[in-house]
This record gives sequence, C-alpha cells and structure tokens, in this order.
Amino acid sequence: MNIKKSLSLLLTGSLAFGILAGCGKDSAGSTSGESSSGLKVIKIATQTPLSGGSATLGEAIKLGAQLQLEEQKEKFKKLGYELKLQPYDDQGDPKKGVANAQIIGSDKQIMGIVGHLNSGVAIPSSEIYEKYKIPMVSPSNTATDVTDRNLKSVNRICGRDDYQGPAGAEYATGNLGAKKVFVIQDKTAYGTGLADAFKKSVEEKGATVVGYEGITVGEKDFNGVINQILSKKPDLVFFGGLYSEGGLIIKQAREKGIDVPFMGGDGLDSSTLVEIAGDAVKNVFITSVAGDTEGTESGKKFAENYKAKFNKATESYSVYGYDSMGVVLKGLEDAINSNGKKMPSREQVMTAVRSVKDFQGAVTQVSFDDKGDNDYAKFFVYKFDDAKYPPAFDAEIPKK
Amino acid sequence: MKKLWNAYSENKLFQGVFLLIFIAVTSLSLYLAQKSVTAFLLLLSSLLLLYFTKFSNLVKWLIAGVILVVLLPAAAGGGDAFESYMEVATLVGIYISMALGLNIVVGMAGLLDLGFVAFFAVGAYTYGIFATGQASNFMPFGTYPLSGESFWLFIVLGCLAAALFGILLGIPVLRVKGDYLAIVTLGFGEIIRIIFNNLDKPVNITNGAMGIASITPPKIFGIELIYSSQFYYVVLIILVFTIFTVRRFEHSKIGRSWKAVRENEIAAQSMGVPLVRTKLIAFAVGASFSGMMGVIFAGKQTFVDPTSFTLLESITILVMVILGGMGSVPGVILGAAVMTILNLQVLAEMTNWLNELSSSGAITIPDALSPSKMQRLIFGALLIVFALYRPKGLIPAKNPVYKEEELVSSKVLDMKQDQKVQA
Amino acid sequence: MLNDILQSIPQVLIDGLTLGTVYAVIALGYTMVYGILELINFAHGEIFMTGAFIGTAMLIVLTGIGWVSALPAIVMLITVLLLTALLTGLLGMGIERVAYRPLRNAPKLIPLITAIGISFLLQDLVRFIAELKKGNYIVTGPSLFTSQIKINSSAISSVFNDASIKSSFIIVLVSAIIMMVVLDFFVNKTKWGMAMRAVAQDRETASLMSVNVNKVISLTFFIGSALGGATGVLFAVQYGTIDPYIGFILGLKAFTAAVLGGIGNIRGAMLGGLLLGVMEMFASANLTLMTGGVFGAEYKDVFAFAILIIVLIFKPEGLLGKPVAEKV
Repeated sequence: MNIKKSLSLLLTGSLAFGILAGCGKDSAGSTSGESSSGLKVIKIATQTPLSGGSATLGEAIKLGAQLQLEEQKEKFKKLGYELKLQPYDDQGDPKKGVANAQIIGSDKQIMGIVGHLNSGVAIPSSEIYEKYKIPMVSPSNTATDVTDRNLKSVNRICGRDDYQGPAGAEYATGNLGAKKVFVIQDKTAYGTGLADAFKKSVEEKGATVVGYEGITVGEKDFNGVINQILSKKPDLVFFGGLYSEGGLIIKQAREKGIDVPFMGGDGLDSSTLVEIAGDAVKNVFITSVAGDTEGTESGKKFAENYKAKFNKATESYSVYGYDSMGVVLKGLEDAINSNGKKMPSREQVMTAVRSVKDFQGAVTQVSFDDKGDNDYAKFFVYKFDDAKYPPAFDAEIPKK
Repeated sequence: MKKLWNAYSENKLFQGVFLLIFIAVTSLSLYLAQKSVTAFLLLLSSLLLLYFTKFSNLVKWLIAGVILVVLLPAAAGGGDAFESYMEVATLVGIYISMALGLNIVVGMAGLLDLGFVAFFAVGAYTYGIFATGQASNFMPFGTYPLSGESFWLFIVLGCLAAALFGILLGIPVLRVKGDYLAIVTLGFGEIIRIIFNNLDKPVNITNGAMGIASITPPKIFGIELIYSSQFYYVVLIILVFTIFTVRRFEHSKIGRSWKAVRENEIAAQSMGVPLVRTKLIAFAVGASFSGMMGVIFAGKQTFVDPTSFTLLESITILVMVILGGMGSVPGVILGAAVMTILNLQVLAEMTNWLNELSSSGAITIPDALSPSKMQRLIFGALLIVFALYRPKGLIPAKNPVYKEEELVSSKVLDMKQDQKVQA
Repeated sequence: MLNDILQSIPQVLIDGLTLGTVYAVIALGYTMVYGILELINFAHGEIFMTGAFIGTAMLIVLTGIGWVSALPAIVMLITVLLLTALLTGLLGMGIERVAYRPLRNAPKLIPLITAIGISFLLQDLVRFIAELKKGNYIVTGPSLFTSQIKINSSAISSVFNDASIKSSFIIVLVSAIIMMVVLDFFVNKTKWGMAMRAVAQDRETASLMSVNVNKVISLTFFIGSALGGATGVLFAVQYGTIDPYIGFILGLKAFTAAVLGGIGNIRGAMLGGLLLGVMEMFASANLTLMTGGVFGAEYKDVFAFAILIIVLIFKPEGLLGKPVAEKV
C-alpha cells in the first residue's frame, strides 16, 4: 500500500516538478520584461488549432503571422523593442480557447492576438480578451456574431458572411445566369453562415434553390448528396465549407458527370483544393476578400518568402494570418509612437489597432469601422480555368 | 528511508506538521512567484497529500475547505495570473463533477456509457436557449432572454432535464448489455449532438451550428458573475454537494444495488434487486450532475455550440473515470483533475516553453515538428504511461471489508458507522 | 416521391456498397480482436489510416520510378497492398505487445486508455512525417482506375435510372471479397483458425490444450491490422485524398457496423458493414425527399444510429450474433 501511495505521489509530483520547473524558471526570468539584449519584450500571440482535425488551417495562420512578425523584427528593434511570437493551440475547442485566453490575459507582455480559426472559439474567447483589453485581429472568422457584439477588442480583416454570401449570389445570378441552384453546406458555423446568406440572397434575386443539404466534416464519401444533385439537375452548385470537403465533392460530382459550375467562399481558396480535385477543379468559382496574390508585387513576394521559409505552398489563410499580424503590428507601432516611444498600455494598443486606416497588406486593404469590421471588405471572384493554383481573377464585387 | 516513511505514515503529528509546512511553502511561493504554474499545482496537490493522512474525515474536509475557499484564491490572487488559475480550477471542478456522474454509471453500476457528454449538452442548452432571445422563436408565452437571476433556478432545471434524458436513454438499456450498450449510448450521444447541430430548422431552437451567443451572465444580489473567480465559488459549492451526494449514494441501499448489478446481474436480481429501477436511477443520477454543470458552463462561457459536445469529449470523461480508478470517488476526482490540468495548463505551458527554447535558438526544430503542435501527441503518450504503470487506476476503489465475527446481529447496526471509517 | 427514390436506387446501391465494403473490412479488425480479447481496439481506425498513408506513399514513389510505372497498374496495386498489409500487421502486433499485453489482467476498460493514447500518437506521428516530407498532411495519391463504367440499369426496368461505376470500385469490391473469403476460410478451416476460436471461447482452457495463447493473440492482431491497412490502401485508391484524421470517423462507423452484425462474429461484421454503408447512402440521398425537406442529408447519421438502436433493442446480440447464456 505504501509503495503504491508513494508511487502515485511520486508520479504526480515528479510530473508537476519535472515538467514545470523549466516553465517556472523561464517565466521567472522573463518577469523583468527585458530580454538578454536589453530590449523590452513585446509578445504577440496567435491562437489557432495546431493539433487535431483542422490543424492545417490553423497552422497556415500561425505561419503567416510568424513570417510577418519576423520581417518586422528589425523595425521594432530600432524602436527599442524585441518582438516575440507566442503560438497557442486552441484545438478548435471553445474550452481550451477560453483557458488559453486567460493565460494570454495574464501574460502582460502579450499586446495583441491573431486568431482564431473557428468562430465558435473566437466568440467566447474574445469575451476574455475584452476584459483584458487585448486587441484581437481575426483572419478568418466570418460569422456575424463575432463583431456584432460590439466588443472594442475584436476586429477582423475578412468579410462577414452577410457580405460574402450576397456577393456570391450576385455573381451567380448575374454573370453566370444561374436559375436553379443547389446549395451544400458543411454544418459548421462557417459553412452554415455562408450558405444561409447565399441562399437567402440568391432567392431574392429570383433564382430557385432546388436543394439545400448538409454534409459531415471529415468524411470522404459524398455520393449521397451528389446523387441528389444528379436528379435535381441544377445549373449551379454552391458549397459553403472548406476545401478539404469541397475538393472531394467537386471531384466526385465531376466523376458522375455533373459539369455545371461550382461556387464557394474563401474557404475553398487553397492550393490543396486543386491538389484534391485535380482536373475537376475547372469551372469552379470562388469569392474571396483577398486581392489577387499573383497580381500584386506584395502578394508575389509574400508567396515566395513563405515558400522559402517554410517549404510549403501558401494557403488562403496564411496570407490572412500575415495581414492580420500586419494590422496588429501597425497598431502597436502607432501606439508606441504616440506614447513617445514608451511601452504603451494594452488599452492604447487596442485603440490604435481599431483606428488603423488604409492599411495595405499583401493582399487585403484594411480600415476598421466602429464594430471592427473591415471597411474595405470588397469581394473578388476567381475562376479556375486550369488545374492550377492560384485561380484567375474574374470580377470584383463592391461591398453593399 | 523506509523507516522514516513508516514513522511518517504512522504518526498523525508528523503528517500534520509536514502538511502544514508543505501548504505554507507552496502557497507562499505561489503568492510570490505569480507565474509559477508549478507552485499552483503543488498547492493543489497538497489536497492529495491531505487525503493520504490519517486524520478523521471531518478534519480532512475542514482543511480542504480552508485550502480551496481561502488559501488558493488568496495565494493566486496576488497578480495577473489570478483569473487564469481560477479558470483552470473552475473547469477542473466542472469536469470532476461530470466524471463523478459518469462514475456512478460506469464505475458503480457497470454500464459502459460512451455518450455521456450529451447530458452536459442538455444542461448547457437548457440555460442557453432561455437566457437568450432564442426561446422566443418557439415559446408562445414569456419574454426572453430571462434575467440573470433565473440562472439559479436553471441549475435545478438543467439537472432535471438531464435526468429526464438519462431515463430516456436508460429505456433501451434495459435490454442491451456490455459493449452493445456502449454503442447504443454512443449512438445516442451522436444523435443528440447532430440534432442540436441541426435544430435551426424547421423551428430555430438551438441556432444550429452557429451556436447561441451572448447568453445572459448569471446574477446574484445584483452582481453579474462574469469572472472565472466568481464561477469558481459556484462550482465549488455544487461540487461539494455532488461529492456529498455521491458518497451518500455509494453507501446507501441503491449504491449497494448498483454494485450488485455490476458484479452479477442475475445474482442481484435473484436477491431482490429491481434491475430496471436500479439501472434507470444510475443513469438519471449520473446525468443530473452533468446537467447542472452544463448550465454553469453555459453561464460561464456565455456561448454554446455543438462543437463542445463531441464524442471525443465523452471519451475524455470516460478516460478520467478509468484513469482515476473506476468506482473510486477520490480516484475519479484525482483522475479528472489530472486530465484537465494536464490538457489545459501543463501542456500549454510546456509547449510554450519548448517553443521559447527553439525560437531563442537553444534547440532547433523544423517547423513541421514545432512543439506548439504536439499537445495531443504528448497527451497520448502520457495516457499510455499512466495506464501502464497504474493499471488499476490512480487510486483504486476499495470495498469495505467486514470481519465475520463482527457481523453478529448486535453489531449490524454499527455497520454503517464502520463502513464510513473504512472508506 | 416513391418514383424518385426508385429511380436513384441503382446508383445509391452501388455507392452504398462501395462505402459498405470499406466499413465491412475495417469492422473485421474490430470484431476479431473483440472476439478474442473482449477488447474494443479503438486504435484500429488509426491503423487503417496508417495503412492508407503507407500505401499512398508507396504508390507515389512507385509511379515516380520510370520502369515501374510502365507495369500494369493492377500489378503495382497488388504489390503495394501486400507490402502495406505486412507493415500494418506488424504495427498492430507491436501495439498489442506494448499497449495491451501488459494490461491483460487489469480491469477490462483500462486498455481503452492506452488505445486512445495510441490513436493520438499515430495521428500525430503520421501527420508530422507527412508534413516533413510534403509540407501538407492532406495527401492526394496518384489517380488510378478512374474510368467510369456505365450500367444500363434502365434496361432492367424503366423505373430505374442508369448508374455509373468507377472502375476502382470493382477492384475494391473484388479485393474485399477475396480478403473476407480467405479470412473466413482461415478461421473456420485451418489449425491456427481453430486455435483462435479456442482462445476466443476460453483462454485458460485453450492454454491447457497446449495452444500458445500469446502467439494466437499476436496473430489475431496481425491479421486484423493487415486487413485494416490493406483497406486503407483501397480507400486511398477509391477516394483519392486522405488525411491523418480519417481513422476516427471511419473507425467509429466500422465499430458500429461490427456491433450491428453481432460483435465477435466475422460474417456479422461483413453484413453489418454493407448494411450500414447502404443505409447511410440511402438516407443521405433520400431523407429530404422522404420528409418533405424537414430533415436533410445531415441527419443520415441519426438515421443510421436510430436503426442500429432499434435493431439492438429487438435483437440485443446483433443481427448474426448468438445470444450467450449467462453463467451464474
């Protein structure tokens, strides 16, 4: 009995000690707020899923943000600050997100957050950020509730569902002349929000929605729903969801001989979509808030640097992560300058981020309105003519 | 060494002194070194140390109460990390309560349940729907959202709603056994989640995948509860209630019936244990704890959506029970605490630390292997190690042993007393 | 309405069988291990996933080598299938040795923890390797057998629409049938099969009859995992794209299928898998029609689970399982 007791004690004890001795020491060292080089440390956190099912997207955001941060390190060094990236893993789980948010809040060196991937995590976590007055810039949360709660700390550079859906609908009914539309969504907050907004607006514009179906994320066989498309014979299929499912739906539909145009939101904007769907990706349209990566110098440069640094192709979200970090750092820089080069408070950074105007990122332009939505969130439509990424620029739809 | 250990384990005074020193040192170090998660964990582990002392139950409860109510918040409250510690402590409380509920079903009654998180969801949604405008979509009367004061009523309502679902689930259980039962409950859990995920049409009840946002925070005496440190006390009260109830159940007639059913259904039945009722009560009681905590969870997060209630969550709670030791109340508490703290705090801190090392150049790791992505990997590895080295659970269940000669008629009345002491 | 449903039946059946075959073969792995150890091997889905990755990696490498890619695709596929089966079989044996054998006398549910631990480990290991090599863990293999075959089902009766089959489906179906028949033969007709059944029935008595229990259990894990890994390859060929998280959902469904058929029963697992696949496909194609749009395809899992629960209520031992008289 004693041995068992001591063993259990030993296990818990040694676990706690062994693992955390390092952390304890480390954090004790950094409480002084000065790094070894004598510069004041400012940390920017990212919080996205880095493990679990949607890790690929979460990591894209993190890497994009990391690239931006490292590019600006020198600039901040001249101001007397050392920038550090602190990545957190929210695992796509609201509980974990909130717990991490509390840890972030308690680390006084963290001045801003890039994240989250999922609106379901962003909404409860941002309540915590608001309490600590840490500015969050979201690269990908399109759900309306994210900014509709009027929190001072919450901003996003991507578009809202209720802009993106109508933008797609306008193009679908106008340029593509769709009359019968089949809508599929992936039953996540992102997919539902986008597909609902699209459906509503496409009906207002006079087209009929012949089918509205949901699929399960993580599955690979979507033939059931595709059989419905087959029998309904629509002239456009809209998919609200991400590229991993979207690519398979497009591929499997084309295999069954459905050659009508497919359309989707920025969730489909990824090189992996082309990889999954192959030739089937032709005649697929995506709406995106991002300007043409290939078209602009900054976009091209970003893609090259990213590839060189991480040995990976860019995902749509990596460039949003890059630009989100850009906005955070712009706000931080403004706050430092207006504070006479002294360390600004979190509140000052928060106000500075909100008042960022006409920021020109690699692909996005950013000016926040009083809710934290991006004033410049106009939508671009891209079309895949060949099985290659990025797709060709097709049209521009201004925000209504 | 051995001798010293023996002296320690025999002598109450030694234990008391050691415990006191331990608590004093850890709380002081937590107070001084605010960011030291180690100190926080060591302070918590003093409860474990306390459990292994030879004091009477009352003394143990009192000391634990002082530590949790006064010492922990006070020691952690000196700096910025306060809310972060309280958040973890609150979630630990929520999970302990759920694990205790599942422990009744799995550990005591021996019914393997893989859909337990559904009851948590029922509780969370019960409050979520009525504390937002959501309810006005289908309720013909009343104005919604309800005020924050109704939260306290909803704790009871959530408890009842979950118990009702527990009974509903229990009905098919009457025929299905063993692993078939596991898959039925798994199916049930998935069905509940999918329904919650889709109930935005035809009538919008749960707002589907978008989740319910801006839930009214609870209110008491005009104070809105929005900080984790406030919820900590709410959770603590309910947790004490839960532990007390579970303890009472364990040693009551129904508790004995559960164990009898677990050991041998037919024998139990032949001894006059009503199978149907016993199993249904197990499900209802287990579910109700989970429902209560669901309500608190909804109030704390102010947001519920179906992603919080996946199968993985059910499995995690089950792992807490098994890891702690099935049927053993202290074990399950320890299991739930270890799992939650590990996942929410230790892993995050650890990967941060590794990340710091790699970014400062002490060690170089390619990005594909960046430590911040390794949480689940480490979690998995630790689970294996735990299970291999403590195959019966961290604190295995003990059944009270009765001496034959004491079981003569005159002593039967004292049995209850004996049992309490031994347990 | 009935007409609409009937029209799409041939296509739904074909798609359902495709998915069902995958479920069935994975379910075999669950059922074999359960039959012999009464253990739900939750890591089995991950073995399947690992198999899919090993197979895809081999296919990518092989199609990259000049003279190999000149070989007929079917030869290449068979080689890859066999190699993958061998590797995943060994992996399964290794997992049993490390994570399950030390716990054989522990309480029944403890191995569940190690199983979940192994699942997390495998998922992340595969992911890290894929990312290190490729930069992305969603992997798309070379496309093989993509030609479509039209089935003229409208010729049978005019109520049906024509259906189409992807030629890889035929390969999946044939390989799966071969695997199942061989397995059935092995378990029922060979000496090792008999030993396996003996151990499943009563481990102690079997050991008294000079059956080497450890060896038999290792063998069971080898076969189950080899089948799982091979199915992974077939899956990758059929659907093209894989990621490290496919094991969870598919494993869950396959486990459901095994229970539906009667867990521990090999033929039951096959039947359960096929049934579940067809049911799911039917539900996702027709639920909207049947309920007038109130419930859509997103309820297909609810439909499948509801049927499972109903079946189990009326036949608690599963479709082909035999009721066991409880010993008192």
